Amino acid sequence: MAELIIISTLNGVLYGMLLFLMASGLTLIFSMMGVLNFAHASFYMLGAFLGFQISQWAGFIPALFLAPLIAGGIGALVERYGLRTVHKNGHVAELLFTFGLAFIIEEVIQMIWGKLSVDYRVPTWLDFPAFTIYATNYPAYKTFMLVFSIAIFIGLIYLLTRTRAGLIIQASLTHPNMVGMLGHNVPRVFMLVFGLGTALAAIAGVIAGAAYVTQSNMAALLGPILFVVVVVGGLGSLWGAFVASLLIGLLQTFAIASDWSLNKFFGDFITPTRGTLLFDVWTVTIAQIGPILPYLLLVLVLIFRPTGLFGTRET
Amino acid sequence: MMNLIKSLGIWIAAAILIVILPYVFPSGASITTMCLMGIMIIFALSYNMLLGQSGMLSFGHAVYYGLAAFVTAHTINWAIKSGVPLPLPLIPVAGAVTGLIFGIIFGSVSTKRAGTAFAMISLGLAELVYSSSLILRSFFGGEEGISADRTKLIRFFGYNFGPQIQVYYLIAAWCLLCVILMYAITRTPLGRMCNAVRENPERVEFVGYNPQLVRYIAFSLAGLFAGVAGSLAAINIELAQASFVGAAQSGAVLLAAYIGGVAFFVGPVLGAILVTYLSLTLSDFSEIWVLYFGILFVVIIMFAPYGLSGLLMMHAQFWRGPLGSRLARFGRLFGAYLVAAVPALIMLGGAILFIEMIHHVAQKGAEGANMHFLRRNYITINTHSVLPWIGGIVAMIGGFFAFRLSWPTVANAWHKALLDAQRSGA
Repeated sequence: MAELIIISTLNGVLYGMLLFLMASGLTLIFSMMGVLNFAHASFYMLGAFLGFQISQWAGFIPALFLAPLIAGGIGALVERYGLRTVHKNGHVAELLFTFGLAFIIEEVIQMIWGKLSVDYRVPTWLDFPAFTIYATNYPAYKTFMLVFSIAIFIGLIYLLTRTRAGLIIQASLTHPNMVGMLGHNVPRVFMLVFGLGTALAAIAGVIAGAAYVTQSNMAALLGPILFVVVVVGGLGSLWGAFVASLLIGLLQTFAIASDWSLNKFFGDFITPTRGTLLFDVWTVTIAQIGPILPYLLLVLVLIFRPTGLFGTRET
Repeated sequence: MMNLIKSLGIWIAAAILIVILPYVFPSGASITTMCLMGIMIIFALSYNMLLGQSGMLSFGHAVYYGLAAFVTAHTINWAIKSGVPLPLPLIPVAGAVTGLIFGIIFGSVSTKRAGTAFAMISLGLAELVYSSSLILRSFFGGEEGISADRTKLIRFFGYNFGPQIQVYYLIAAWCLLCVILMYAITRTPLGRMCNAVRENPERVEFVGYNPQLVRYIAFSLAGLFAGVAGSLAAINIELAQASFVGAAQSGAVLLAAYIGGVAFFVGPVLGAILVTYLSLTLSDFSEIWVLYFGILFVVIIMFAPYGLSGLLMMHAQFWRGPLGSRLARFGRLFGAYLVAAVPALIMLGGAILFIEMIHHVAQKGAEGANMHFLRRNYITINTHSVLPWIGGIVAMIGGFFAFRLSWPTVANAWHKALLDAQRSGA
């Protein structure tokens, strides 16, 4: 039991940190432009595929740096030539634009890499068990992922709170006009933040793609969970996104490891007939409803705490 | 009285059109296509009750469509099994009730909010229902779904709805009924309040209405009509599958409504017809037609936010004055369009060639260098030689710049036509 808890916690924190790499960019972009970028998970996917391709050609380390750079560049171009054009048509048009973009990115990836998963593997020099807890070997690559994403997290906090660039970004969040008056190019700040956010998602893609499955449906699977994270955390709150990422990471990891069901506890008292709706509900395990839990959390949060956990504004 | 005749006239014309369409396009494939179009028209219009009429962007409208489809399949099976004399044409009522009930349930959660939050809740609810469909197997039937044999029901005036043409008339009748009802709703005070809530919910509150309640009612009614559409879809293919409640289905209706144009009542109808037609025909030409579809969607969002119906309505202002001058005006305008269309088509052709070649090399490199352009045998392109690549890129980029050069011509012609129309209108 203790073994299960420790391993699940490690995996949960790891998954949570990956979610945060994406959610941080998403929430920064949202608080700046008021656009919930539907295509954010698509940039994560793009990062994974670019990482796969570059690591095939040049190795993992170049992929780790080049793939986010390319994806971030594409993101910046999307902001400059796409979102900015649509902006005048209002928020619904912007949201729909990113929805269409997600559609296009998925199709382009299918067009180039196909619908099946690609063979993106952990680099051989990281493919060994790092340490052993009870009887479970914990892979070195997952340790690397954890350390790397925490390093990025600290770097991001440092950038936003301790540097001049971060100061301008933070000021542009709340007082874009004033920042413009002071002579900064606010549209360019927006473009760079969009590029930065998508690059962060791409980093998550590069490192997660090798550990999990790199397939053209990964954006569609992850995208909705990402929205849950930013809405539960509170739209626009970086700190909230962090807490919600860890919360959902742990929630999903622990759910997968659990085989509890109503039947397990009450099966001795009540046994519904096989093939009825009640039987389905009765025998479903926590592991099976794992994928639903984030959405349940979303609906509950929106009903009882519309601002999200740490949000200041009503969504 | 004249107005009544005029407005009735449109619906009578639509009814006549529906009746004679199978005689104009009698082939089996076109009947099937028209069935799908009819279903999509109801679905897209119901979606537009949210997006176009009330300003609610939903990413989960397929929930009501899909759940109604499942209830329909179960209702048919139940009626057959228990011998209840329920004819097929009444079955969509079950779908409508299902859509309405789930609209009331989910609407009570989601319509408290508007804007981005509403969109997110609709997405969350849709994922919730879709994920549940994999768990609640007795209702959703797992991978294979729930099938239902529509012909085993009690006959309706001797029709057993085995042949597709009978199903066509069933769908067409329901489609016309729903379109009339949805149009009528836009004319009621409720429909007007929906528009007001879309434009300015705060003001609506000031004049004493509850915008949440207005959204709630609109949402529930949209669920009802989506339920009819889903029910007809299940009747049409005699099957309800988990994909009916999926994100792709929600995306399809959003695309259809938006491409057609959400600002006008007729927009989603056009969109539904076009999107259904394209999704059935484009796949014959290219394996990656969905990509072109996505690009079309983004182009419309960027450059024609009112969709196809918006583009058509922009031309309505030129249709005034004596008939001769109307035709002359349109002739000059379309002449300018033609000037712009030539480079635009070159650009498009180059881009399609380029994309198809990438697709061929990436996905079918093993099949050899030769690619059948647009899947037809009359143009074969050697993807290993440099020439087609250069040709594609040059056509794409050169076409774009030539296209841009033609914009002033179009703008000029537009301006002249506008001046001309204003003069003859006055």
